[in-house]
Amino acid sequence: MPVSDSALMEPKSLSAETAADARLEIKNLNVYFGEGSERFQAVKNVSVSVQQGGSFGIVGESGSGKSTVLRAVCGLVESWDGEIDIDGAPVSHKRNKAFARKIQMVFQDPYASLHPRHTVDRVLSEPLKLHGFDGIDGRVLRALDDVGLGADFRFRYPHQLSGGQRQRVAVARALMLEPEILLLDEPTSALDVSVQAEILNLFAELRKEHNLTYVMVTHDLAVVAHMCDEIAVMQFGEVVEVMDVDAMRNSTPKTAYTQELLKASMGYDAEFFGDS
Amino acid sequence: MTTAPVKSNVPSRSGLKAWLSSDAPASRGHARAVQLYLGWLKLYENKLAFLGFLIIFSLVLIAAFAPLLATTEPNAQDLSKRLLAPGTSGHLLGTDELGRDIYSRLVYGSRITLLIVGIVAFTAPVFGLLIGTVAGYLGGWVDQVLMRLVDIFLAFPRLVLALAFVAAIGAGIESAIIAISLTAWPPYARIARAETLTIRNADYISAVRLQGAGIMHIIVGHIWPLCLSSIIVRVTLDMAGIILTAAGLGFLGLGAQPPEPEWGAMISAGRKFVLDQWWVAAMPGMAIFIVSLGFNLLGDGLRDILDPKKSQS
Repeated sequence: MPVSDSALMEPKSLSAETAADARLEIKNLNVYFGEGSERFQAVKNVSVSVQQGGSFGIVGESGSGKSTVLRAVCGLVESWDGEIDIDGAPVSHKRNKAFARKIQMVFQDPYASLHPRHTVDRVLSEPLKLHGFDGIDGRVLRALDDVGLGADFRFRYPHQLSGGQRQRVAVARALMLEPEILLLDEPTSALDVSVQAEILNLFAELRKEHNLTYVMVTHDLAVVAHMCDEIAVMQFGEVVEVMDVDAMRNSTPKTAYTQELLKASMGYDAEFFGDS
Repeated sequence: MTTAPVKSNVPSRSGLKAWLSSDAPASRGHARAVQLYLGWLKLYENKLAFLGFLIIFSLVLIAAFAPLLATTEPNAQDLSKRLLAPGTSGHLLGTDELGRDIYSRLVYGSRITLLIVGIVAFTAPVFGLLIGTVAGYLGGWVDQVLMRLVDIFLAFPRLVLALAFVAAIGAGIESAIIAISLTAWPPYARIARAETLTIRNADYISAVRLQGAGIMHIIVGHIWPLCLSSIIVRVTLDMAGIILTAAGLGFLGLGAQPPEPEWGAMISAGRKFVLDQWWVAAMPGMAIFIVSLGFNLLGDGLRDILDPKKSQS
């Protein structure tokens, strides 16, 4: 089994064989907010590696820095250091249009991620125009079809759509540039349970169809268990554990924090809360 | 309207109306037409705003057809007929101190008013919007520099700055327009910046950044549409003030020069006779009042109309 040097240097990256053909690799990522004495380090020395076609989950409680990792990867947060490699090539702090065609992101709140004055048509055709694609009409219709919305929805405004429909539009938008990696920032947490399942199934289908690599942030362990192959658990800006999904299902995590998290996800536990 | 054949299988309603109120438009043009039609319906339903719209629309028509509507040349003097009361045969609104027909002068004066209002409305808000959104979106030192500039302009008394400017480049209608534009933009920049700050970190802005869009693309295509309704409302509400400032400059002799039939200059000329021949000053005053009222009424209703969310409930 070939073992790359970079994998050896990174104790927290997955295993040597996955690091070798990693699609997205994050090494020693630190993200800071604020300046001077108010400087706050939101992400500390995070290293993960996502393999081609994989689906990687990042879980943790609110404020653990998991969304910030995604925002640094896609370039929305610029105050980071460390290394982010895509297909082995490090990305710079300023991103270009070619980068946009590699990575796209689906946001948490479908009520906030669509421009209130733009029709679905404009939302979907804009990235195509920006990148000079041709056959825009056909692509827009196909994208709507891909995410299970009909052509009827094309000229609607976001306020004329339900939460699930909005999230489908947001997914379609992320796919317009035919990216290889999709960053999902709690894509179902703002939706009700039945719609959550629909959207998760949609993600699963699209992954197969378009050969996508997912990095998904969530605090919902059930979603992770359903969607992901590998999971990183974050706490206070650090990755405390990386495990595969079977380890999580079998509740055999190594660290105490992960065990707590798993226990908490099973619902209210009188013993855990120490009713005394 | 009923002659348009119903080609599609739209049930009931006449063809055009059904086409315009379709909830699943077939093309971009169709979608835009539907949006315009719904906006029109909203305007029509709001009686006061519609009244304002009618007043402004009439002003435009009067300005366009001034030669047809006026009974005499606006500057034709007839000293034998000076200071005739309103209603005197041939002079609906009376005559002024040089025997000129006040009605005809008002009709021609609408062109000047519309020119001032039009130019100011298309320069000051656009400039203010650009400054405000750039400052708000970029933040940092750009924001600091631009907003301090705005502060300086805001600190000047409006009419005094306009006066100083007119004094510097000479009296006339053009300098009045430039002076008013120069003093009118800072409030728009303030509004636009405040709106930009609330939306610059929204997810939909992040999404378009992720698509690789440039700064100006984001500002013009994504931030402007959200600032536009408050700006437009503010413009219509400011229009009254702009007309009054122009009239004020005219009144002080620094705007339109005689014999131009500018409404403010007409009031100025009439103030010498205001006790005995009240109509000389009152008639242009009334015209200013009606047009200002029209803009105010329209501005009040425009916010509802411009929001697609509200036009469809």
